[in-house]
Amino acid sequence: MQFTFTDEQEEFRLIVRRFMDDKSPRSEVRKLMDSEQGYDSAVWKQLSEELGLPGIHIPEAYGGQGFGFVELCIVLEEMGRALFCAPYFSATALAATTIIHAGTEEQKLALLPGIASGQTLATLAFSEVNQDWLPANTQLSATPDDNNYLLNGEKSYVVDGHIADLLIVVARTPGNTPSNTGNDGLSLFTVAADAAGLNRRLLKSLDPTRKLAHIVFEQTPATLLGELNTGGETLPHILDLAAVALASEMVGGAQMMLQSALDYAQLRMQFGRLIGSFQAIKHKCADMLLDVELAKSTAYYAAAAAAEGAPDLPAVASLSKAYASDTYMKSAAECLQIHGGIGFTWENDTHLYFKRAKSSEVFLGDPNYHRDQLVLRWENQA
Amino acid sequence: MSEATVEQSEQSLRTEVRTWVEANWNPDASLLDWRNTLIDSGWGCAAWPKEWHGRGLSISLGDAVDDELRKAGAVSVAKTGVRMLAAATILEHGDDMHKGKFLRRLLTGEDTWCQLFSEPGSGSDLAGLTTRADFDGENWVLNGQKVWTTSAHHAQYGMVLTRTNWDVPKHQGMSYFLIDMEQPGVEVRPLKQMNGHASFNEIFFTDAKIAPEFMLNKEGNGWKVAMTTLAHERRLSDGLRSWGKSEKGSGRIYDELRVEIASVMEPYKWYPQRAGRVDLLIERAKATGKFDDPTVRQAIAKVLMMAKAAEWTGRRVKAANALGRPPGPEGSLGKLAGSQVARLAAQAHTLIAGNDAMLTGGDGALGGVISEILVSTPAESIAGGTDEIQRNIISERGLGLPKEPRTDVDRPFREVPRNTVS
Repeated sequence: MQFTFTDEQEEFRLIVRRFMDDKSPRSEVRKLMDSEQGYDSAVWKQLSEELGLPGIHIPEAYGGQGFGFVELCIVLEEMGRALFCAPYFSATALAATTIIHAGTEEQKLALLPGIASGQTLATLAFSEVNQDWLPANTQLSATPDDNNYLLNGEKSYVVDGHIADLLIVVARTPGNTPSNTGNDGLSLFTVAADAAGLNRRLLKSLDPTRKLAHIVFEQTPATLLGELNTGGETLPHILDLAAVALASEMVGGAQMMLQSALDYAQLRMQFGRLIGSFQAIKHKCADMLLDVELAKSTAYYAAAAAAEGAPDLPAVASLSKAYASDTYMKSAAECLQIHGGIGFTWENDTHLYFKRAKSSEVFLGDPNYHRDQLVLRWENQA
Repeated sequence: MSEATVEQSEQSLRTEVRTWVEANWNPDASLLDWRNTLIDSGWGCAAWPKEWHGRGLSISLGDAVDDELRKAGAVSVAKTGVRMLAAATILEHGDDMHKGKFLRRLLTGEDTWCQLFSEPGSGSDLAGLTTRADFDGENWVLNGQKVWTTSAHHAQYGMVLTRTNWDVPKHQGMSYFLIDMEQPGVEVRPLKQMNGHASFNEIFFTDAKIAPEFMLNKEGNGWKVAMTTLAHERRLSDGLRSWGKSEKGSGRIYDELRVEIASVMEPYKWYPQRAGRVDLLIERAKATGKFDDPTVRQAIAKVLMMAKAAEWTGRRVKAANALGRPPGPEGSLGKLAGSQVARLAAQAHTLIAGNDAMLTGGDGALGGVISEILVSTPAESIAGGTDEIQRNIISERGLGLPKEPRTDVDRPFREVPRNTVS
């Protein structure tokens, strides 16, 4: 197991960080979070053409860079740190990962190059209104229609679902297996953005830097992705990988909250002293460091486990997601607290991270869900 | 030196050690004879200087030698307790008389040492100690009290930090001595802890005598010497207790070794429980049926998460060290993480034990092991530096936050407010 980054990976991180520092200052984040599109097309083009980031973990045979999951997680950590606004998590971490693990060879050749080049925006439409993150709760249905399928139902909390060119939809395929509950009878489908019977609505998200959409499908034509009724086998792994990716993004944000708290503690004077000299503040900062570093260790371990296809991935994916969720939320809250009143203002940047932390805490499963999964999976693998 | 050369010299070194062990190791020898042979060969502590029982090797090559001895099943020199801290301090600050008198008998295991730093009135603030040493024209005369001293009841010698000047700032008025524990002015009393064990002692000095040549370094330099001891304590703390595993070999030497280990490890027998026994959680939850309770699973998950995160952080630090990268603040977090793991584990064990958590000993869960966890874990966040002191160190040295203003360091110690201890 890889416990530290190689020199090349550290160098790669610096390149991504410089790009983020340059292209994603807070002024830009604030501008984009207020826009409906949610990202800057010119920056996206640069990110795709100059750095090839959308295809970072897509194999070269499908037009990608051919790096692994660790490199993807490095990118996400840096994006999380910069609160970078772009349809990256949706297209690369979710959609490309899904196609890599569930698509047929033909579909990979057809779909992945567009994502890798940054030209196709794609996303995974998985969750439904107020359901938890178990595939078994899928209700949206798919029925055969000539050579294709028709989808009926709703998806929600779909990341960048309002702008995606390609939707990957999880649906229940009735009548094809003896039982149609739980993980049986689940399949993945692709739906083009201009398909008939598709109604997309941008939701008002608590975290305006992550755009979420509600999508209604009415007799919407769809193409099967991969094999029929295998969603129950492929999805858990795909969702584990997504959780690992999200954990990396979150530790980047948590690290920024720690840094911001430290900067302010060494700037703000009260009672004739820097507030950073008071133990009440120092001890908070020491605890934040503990949380952030330990969360990083879990995210890094999980990324390596994902890259190496380690057998303990299911357990450590849940572990890293739960740890990163707790840590990001706590770091944002403590950073806000150390800032005092100014931290509660719109003008101060802390709330941007606070909201990202809150949204990410729930996205792909909250800490309680993942803690429970961790213990059940741990016990299962023992 | 290129990496390849290092590799090569380590390989040939290992071969040399193996050859020597094959020719000399004898499980039917007496422990004392074997250790003297090992010490004479320079392989016993190969990283020590050539003049003093070693071969002047680097720490990492020294570890390679130890590794070869271990692989061959050969018994090592005595390393348990605080003897290696005493050795490191004597090697750095002692003169030839000290080294000649103490080092060999320390390595053979004939002499046991204890560390006399903490006092009832100075715990976290070690430099506030008040055990006094006064020179009577012939000897230094000690009066005062030390506490939390492991193995003092069978120690021949102690490292003792005392105050010899009360009219200078606190850090400048201390002196460090090597004291003969077997004298009338030294009284050792076991200190019973809340978990019923008595792993430590209180030491009372009443006109105890130390000849002037047993001061290490110079009068007033005690703090500096103590820092050497403490630096090695941090470095060696992992090895101090994990070393004493049961030895399974047969032969006279193993019989003698088992006796030694049993005696040295006695004070540490509850330490696994102090750390929270994370290893027992899932097994116990299943055995009691509590595994089906989602609130119990949440509690177990919180422990597992923190324990694994701390373990992986340790691995991260080691991997970065091995690549020669500069240490980051993550290296100082293990102690704080450990006390949180212990606390969370105790909570989870309580939920799992249910009503049996009210009982102890033979009536308690798992023959009293669980209750021992519950009443031992509070030590984890105190011993070896409280969590609060750890947070000060982390925030000041790791994060660069400013120190709290102090009122005790820039004036004569005599004027500093302090605890009154009879």
